[in-house]
Amino acid sequence: MSVSMRAREVAERVADPELPMLTLADLGVLRDVEQAADGSVTVALTPTYSGCPAMAEMRADVVRSLREAGFADVRVTTVLDPPWTSDWISEAGRRKLAEYGVAPPGEAPRGPVPLVLGAVRRAVECPRCGSGDTEETSRFSSTACKALWRCRSCSEPFEHVKEI
Amino acid sequence: MREDDHVYLSLAEAQDDSRWAFGTGFEDPLHGVDTTVPDGVDPAGLAALCLGLGDDALVSSQRLAEWCTRAPELEEEVALANIGLDLLGQARMLLTRVGQVDGTGRTEDDLAYQREPEDYRNVRLVELPNGDFAFSTARLLVFSAHRLAVFERLAGGHPDPVLRAVAAKGVKELAYHRQYAAEWVVRLGDGTDESHQRMREGWEAIAPYVDELFRAVPSVPDVRDEVGAVLAQVAEAATLTVPEFAPMGGSGRDGVHTPCLAPLLFEMQSVARALPGASW
Repeated sequence: MSVSMRAREVAERVADPELPMLTLADLGVLRDVEQAADGSVTVALTPTYSGCPAMAEMRADVVRSLREAGFADVRVTTVLDPPWTSDWISEAGRRKLAEYGVAPPGEAPRGPVPLVLGAVRRAVECPRCGSGDTEETSRFSSTACKALWRCRSCSEPFEHVKEI
Repeated sequence: MREDDHVYLSLAEAQDDSRWAFGTGFEDPLHGVDTTVPDGVDPAGLAALCLGLGDDALVSSQRLAEWCTRAPELEEEVALANIGLDLLGQARMLLTRVGQVDGTGRTEDDLAYQREPEDYRNVRLVELPNGDFAFSTARLLVFSAHRLAVFERLAGGHPDPVLRAVAAKGVKELAYHRQYAAEWVVRLGDGTDESHQRMREGWEAIAPYVDELFRAVPSVPDVRDEVGAVLAQVAEAATLTVPEFAPMGGSGRDGVHTPCLAPLLFEMQSVARALPGASW
């Protein structure tokens, strides 16, 4: 395996600080890993939300993991464009979210989002019992990227990664 | 420490474990982004635009954070804090951009903590005290509907790639903020006599400050009609009438503020000003 591929593999395995069942690659925030001729590694990350407080921790975890793997010179840069979308969460990531009890996102809306009042919302499947009879209790949750839902079949509350 | 090291790492690894006692303690949120100002973009104009939009977001986020421990329900407290956090993130990037392009080299912390009220450029709508929940949601609806319309235009065609990217990201967040506020305005407006009355009073209380908001971003095409249509849609569902937005003299963009801004900044800036450069 080339050294550059190894750096990418190390970066891809770093866990997300707030959704620790996902790697940064699963979440889609790891945008690029490059190694220069002098051996230095540059990792590009994108924030999920503008105010995501985990960005600093992600940067630190990437630097620490790569250093531990023998890459002494590591830089982490921020990419803002194109903005992160929940569509970038990988299939593996969606599976891991569901196994962990967090409902994965559906397809993100594209283009301007119209204001719709009083509409029936798309059902989200309960990650515990699989029922589609669920309801949103709050569009905001313990992190910016998740909403609070409740299953009407098994009565369990659960989190849902929002489509964005 | 290298520039790429930062607070969490130092905390975790028991190296130099000091960190800023105020401010974010985090790195520049535009770290590693190409910050060159493109040819043909007037740096002073770009800085003024980012400063106004950044201050709107910073002051809004401070007011939203004041709802923590005071909201009617835990879910609303979490929602309002989340919305405030999104706006704080937008403010950090916009204020950082200001310091990059205006030639002063000021950081986000310099701009947030070391300016006097008259140097702030936020519109007066966002600095008004929270009032009751109805007032706060009415304000959030107008603010987020307007900001969303403005950000859609900036994301679609502003010549500065950093502002364009910040706006494109913000658009996704603001759509959620607008939806949240609109649903509460409908729920309260079309609720009990008491909630209807309070929501009507909330709209009347913000009405004098809305024209200033509509005039606050003259460099993008006018969004008054688009925002007006959203407000009319919500008002109809809420059994309310959109009040008249009569013009009021002065503008926060020129440093004209209500007496409400100074106490807000005093609280927000108190630690940074009392202990300059402090770390813990």
